[in-house]
Amino acid sequence: MDKKKQAYICTGCGIGEGLDIDALSEVVSSEMSVECKTHAALCGAEGRAMMEADVSDGVNTIIIGACSPRVMQAEFSFGDDKIVARANLREQVVWCQGEDADTDFVQELGSDNMRMACTRAEKAELPEAFQLETTNKNILVMGGGIAGLTSAKEAASAGYNVTLVEKAAVLGGKALGWRMQFPTKAPWAKLEEPTIAALVKDIESDSNITVKTETEVARIAGAPGAFQVSMKAAGVKSEWDAPAKVAVDEQEKIDKGELEDPNDGLQKYTAENPAAETFGSVVLATGWTPADVSEFEHLTPGAKNVVTNAEFEKLAKEGNVPANVAFVMSPGADENDRDFPYCNSVTSMVALKQARYVCADNAEGKAYVLYQHMRTPGNMEMFYKDAQNEDGIFMTKATVTQVEEKGDGSLTVTAKDTLLNEDLDLDVDMVVLAAGLVPATKTENSINLAYRQGPGFLDLDLFDGYADSHFICFPYETRRTGVYTCGGVRKAMTMDETIDDATGAALKAIQCIESADRGVAVHPRSGDKTFPEFFFQRCTQCKRCTEECPFGALDDDEKGTPLPNPTRCRRCGTCMGACPERIIGFKDYNVDLIGSMIKSVEVPDDDEDKLRVLALVCENDAYPALDMAGMRKNKINNLVRIVPVRCLGSVNMAWIKDAMSSGMDGAILLGCKYGDDYQCHFVKGSEIASKRMDNIGDTLSTLGLEPERVKSEQISITDYDKVTDVINEFVEEIIELGPNPFKGF
Amino acid sequence: MTETSGASGLGAVLVVGGGISGMTAALEAAEVGKDVFLVEKNAYMGGRVAQLNQYFPKLCPPSCGMEINFKRIKDNRKIRMYNTTEVKSVSGSAGNYQVTLETSPRFVKGNCTACGDCAEACPIECDNAFNFNMDKTKAAYRPHEMAFPMRYVIDAAACDKCGKCVEACKYDAIDLDMQAESFELQVDSIVWATGWNPYDATKMDNLKYNDSDAIITNMMMERLAAPGGPTEGKILRPGDNKEPESIGFVQCAGSRDENHLEYCSYICCMASLKQITYVRERYPEVPIYVFYIDLRTPGKYENFREKLMGDENTHFIKGKVADITADSDGGVTVIAENAVTGAKIEQKVDLAVLATGMEPAAKGQLASLGVTMDDNGFITSDADKAMLSAGCAKKAADVVTSTQNATAAALKAIQVSRR
Repeated sequence: MDKKKQAYICTGCGIGEGLDIDALSEVVSSEMSVECKTHAALCGAEGRAMMEADVSDGVNTIIIGACSPRVMQAEFSFGDDKIVARANLREQVVWCQGEDADTDFVQELGSDNMRMACTRAEKAELPEAFQLETTNKNILVMGGGIAGLTSAKEAASAGYNVTLVEKAAVLGGKALGWRMQFPTKAPWAKLEEPTIAALVKDIESDSNITVKTETEVARIAGAPGAFQVSMKAAGVKSEWDAPAKVAVDEQEKIDKGELEDPNDGLQKYTAENPAAETFGSVVLATGWTPADVSEFEHLTPGAKNVVTNAEFEKLAKEGNVPANVAFVMSPGADENDRDFPYCNSVTSMVALKQARYVCADNAEGKAYVLYQHMRTPGNMEMFYKDAQNEDGIFMTKATVTQVEEKGDGSLTVTAKDTLLNEDLDLDVDMVVLAAGLVPATKTENSINLAYRQGPGFLDLDLFDGYADSHFICFPYETRRTGVYTCGGVRKAMTMDETIDDATGAALKAIQCIESADRGVAVHPRSGDKTFPEFFFQRCTQCKRCTEECPFGALDDDEKGTPLPNPTRCRRCGTCMGACPERIIGFKDYNVDLIGSMIKSVEVPDDDEDKLRVLALVCENDAYPALDMAGMRKNKINNLVRIVPVRCLGSVNMAWIKDAMSSGMDGAILLGCKYGDDYQCHFVKGSEIASKRMDNIGDTLSTLGLEPERVKSEQISITDYDKVTDVINEFVEEIIELGPNPFKGF
Repeated sequence: MTETSGASGLGAVLVVGGGISGMTAALEAAEVGKDVFLVEKNAYMGGRVAQLNQYFPKLCPPSCGMEINFKRIKDNRKIRMYNTTEVKSVSGSAGNYQVTLETSPRFVKGNCTACGDCAEACPIECDNAFNFNMDKTKAAYRPHEMAFPMRYVIDAAACDKCGKCVEACKYDAIDLDMQAESFELQVDSIVWATGWNPYDATKMDNLKYNDSDAIITNMMMERLAAPGGPTEGKILRPGDNKEPESIGFVQCAGSRDENHLEYCSYICCMASLKQITYVRERYPEVPIYVFYIDLRTPGKYENFREKLMGDENTHFIKGKVADITADSDGGVTVIAENAVTGAKIEQKVDLAVLATGMEPAAKGQLASLGVTMDDNGFITSDADKAMLSAGCAKKAADVVTSTQNATAAALKAIQVSRR
C-alpha cells in the first residue's frame, strides 16, 4: 500500500489546555514528516467531516492524537482499507498529571506518544485474511449420548452436515438405562418419561446427519475448516491412533533403547492419512463413567445390597426395587460434609428420583434420603419440595458413620447429627451410594489430536479432569481451537442443562467454521484478520514458538521448523514473543513495529531528571485500568512511556533490549493474573512473560545493568488505583538506581 | 423508521437485554454472521453483573470479561446496539416479527466525549440507583465508572432543566428537549434476556430490612466492596460508616419460601461465601455467622466452600433465620434455631447481609408481548415461536450457566432462517 499520511490532534477534553499544541504539531510535521491538523472536537461532526474530506482526497493512513483508542472507535474509523494509529493524549497524558506537573515533562510525554503513533502508522500494514483453499463446513460430533445427539440435531437444524461417532452399537448412551428422567419444564415437580428414544429416532431420520456406531476417532489432525479425522472400529488399535507427546529427554532415552517408545507402530503425528475424512470443527461429548466408590469402606461398598445410584437405576428399570432403601449422599462420615466426588448437584436429584421409585413400586415402600446438603438449585427446588410431600420418603441431614451388613443380606445404616435431634439406626434392604460422574477426559485423551503438543487438552488437572477452561464469561473456550465440549466431559449435568450446553457447543462449532471461512480469528480476538507470518529462512528450529503457543497452533517438521495452522491461531502473539530470531509477526503488530515505536521515544542523554521508563501493557486489562486511572485523575508518573500489547505473551525480549540500548532507564510489564485462577485471556501469556522476564534480568546483569531495571506485575482491570502505585513506585526505584549507564552510547 | 436485516437476505435476531446473557447471545449470533439488534433499557450495557465486585469462584472482576465483550461489539458491524430502549409491542410470527421499540431520551447526544464538565456544572444531587442509593450522583452523570457506551446521561426525574450543563458542555452534546423516539424492527426471532432483580427485601416482614441501616442486601454488599462503589471498596455500615466488628449472612432471604420465591435462587450460597472473602480481605479477624438451610455449592464450588469453612472465625449455623431485631447501638440481633441441636440462637452483629434471591425482571411485565412465562415469571424458551429466553430470564442461574444457555439461545434464534 502506498501510504498517504495525515495526522490530527484533538484539543478538546483538556488536551488543548494540558499541552502546547503548536509545539506538538511541530514534532509531528517536522520531526515525523507528517502533516498535522488540529481540531477542538475531532470526534464531532465537523472534525469528522474534516478527516473524511482528507480521506476522499486520498489519505489512507491516519494518525490521531486524542482520547484513548478504547473509545470513539466508530468516529475514528475509516474502513478496512485504511490504517489508523491513535495516540492516547487524553486519559494517559493530560488527565493523569495531578495538580503540579512540570509542563516540560507533560509536553515530552505528549510528543513521545505522537512519535510512537506516527511510527506505528509508518510500520503497520493492512491485514489480508488467511484463506484456506477450501473450508470444510461439516461438523464432527464425538459421543452419542444426550449431549452428542442434541449437538448433532441442533447443528443439523441450522443447515450443517454432521457426522456423529459413537463407540457403542446403539445411540443413546447412559440415558438408555434410565427409567424416568428429571423434570424439564414448569412446574418442575414430576418425573418425566424418557425422551431418549425419540431423540435417537430424530437423529436417525435426519438427512443432514451421518451416524457411525461402533466407531471411534483414532486421531484428529489439521485445523478448523480442515480437520483430518481418522476413524476406526471401536476398541481396536490402529496405526492412526493419536501419538502420545514425547518430551525431548524421553526421546533421548527412547533413542538409546532405555525407554519403550509409546508411539511404536503408530504413524507420525504429521503423517497424512489418505483415508481421513475432513471436517470443519468438532464437538466432544464423550460423557462420563460412574465413579468408583470402593474407597469408602465404612459404607461397606462390597456388600451385595450396597449399590451405586447407576446400579440402582438399572434395577429400577428392570422392576427390582426393594421396599426399604437408604440413599447416602455424603461419604465423609465425621471428617467432612462433602458429597461424593464428581457429583455436582446431579446426585441429589438422582437420589430424589430413585426415592420415588421405591414408593411407586412398593405399597409400603420407605426411602430414606440422608444428605449433608440437599443440592437442588434453581427450579429443581420444586422437585425436592414435591418429593418431601410424598408419603414414604423420609429425608434428613445426617452424618452417615457406618453401613453394616447383616446375615440375611439386609443392612443397618448408622447416622448422627440429624434434624430429628437423635441418632439413627436404620434397617434397610438396600443402600444406594450417590456416586459421582467421572468425565471421560479424566481418564483418556478423548479428543485424540495429532498435534505437536500432544493428543489431549492441557492442564485439565486444574479442573479435576473436566474439559473446562475455567472461563466464567466464555465457558466454551478450550485450548484447542475448533474443538468444543459439552455434557458430562464438562460438568455433571442434569437433562435441561445438558441440552442447553450441547446446543451452545453446536453454535460455537458453527461459528468457528464460519470464522475460518471468512479468514478471521475466533474468541477472544474475534474478527481479527491478522495472523502470524514466519520468515522461515532465518528459523533456527529452536522450537520455542511450538512449545509455548497456548493453543497448540504450531506443529513442526522433522527438523523442527514450525508448521503454522492459522485457523488454530488465536492471534495472541505468544509465538512472536517467544522467537529469539524475531521472524514471527503480524501485519499490524510485529517485533519491528513495536521496537521502532520504542526507539522513537526521545531519550534525553544529559538530564538526570528526565529518565525514561517503558511500560508494556496488556491491552485487555492493564491498559483499561490505566485509562480508568486517568479518568479518575490519578497521577501516572510522566517519565513512563506506555505501549499496549495484545498479550504479555507477545512481548519479545528484544523490546526490552531496544529500550535499554536506546538509553531508557527501566521497563515494566503489566499483565493479567496467572496461576490456578488465571485471568489471562490467552491462558498462558502473562505467565510465560514473567518467566522470560526472570531470564532477561540475568541477561542484563551480564551486560552490567541491574536486573532491578526490569519488572513484571499482575494487574487486574479494576486495579486502577493499584496500577498507578505500581508504576509510580517502580519509577521511584529506577530513580534510586540512577540513569542507565549506557545512556548516550 | 424501519430497519430490516442486512443485505445477506437472512433474518435478523432481536436480543432484548444487554446484560451478560443478552450480550453473549447477540455476539454469538453476530459472530456466525447474523444481523443482530441488541436493545437495553439502561443507559449502559452489562446489566446486573456490572454491579458485581467479583465473580465466584475465581474472585475476578466482571469488567475483565465485559471489556472483551464490549470490544467484540465495537468491532462487529453486524450488531446494532440501542440503549435506554424498550420493546413496546410485538406482532407477527416466527420468521417475521414486527417489533416496535421506544428509546427514552438520554438528553445527551452521541457526540458526548465523557469529559465530565456537565456533571461538574450540574447543581442537583440525586440518589445513585447503581449503588442502591448508598451515595449520590449529579443529575447529569456517568452511569458508572466503566460504563459502555462511555457517555453521560441526565436523570429526567431529578433534572430541573436549569441549563447549566448545556452551558458547560463544549461539544453541544446536551439536548434537554430530547423526546422519546419509537422505531420498528423486522426480525426473524427474539431472544429475551431481560435478567433479574434482587427480591424486594421489604417484603419479608420478619427480616426488618426497613428497621435498620445495619441490614443490607447481598447486592448492596457487592457495591460496598467494589472499588468504584459508594465507599470505594471499604465495607462500612450504611448510615454511620462504622467498620463492622461482626457480620451475619442470612441465606435464603426470600428463596425456597412459598410465600416469596418458591425456587432456589442458585447463586446466593456462593455469593455469600464470596462475600466472606471480601470481609476477610478487609477485616481478617471479625467473627462471621452464616445462617443457612443447605449450602448449595456443588461441583467445583465445593473446594471454595471447604476453604472458607476452614476459617475459624466464621461460624456456619444450619437454621433459617426467624427474626431480626434492631438494636439501640446501631447493630441488629439475628434470631434463629439451630436445626441440628435445636438450640435457639440470638446473635448480635454489626451488619446483617440478606442473601436476597433473584426475581425475574420480566415477571408481570412482558405477557402482552407474546412471551410465555411460568408462574414464577421465568420466560419459557419456545423455539417453534422463535421466542427464546436466555440467562436469568429463563431460570435462576450463575454466570457460567447463563452464558451457556445464552449461546444455546443464539443457535435456536438463527435456526429460524433455515426452516
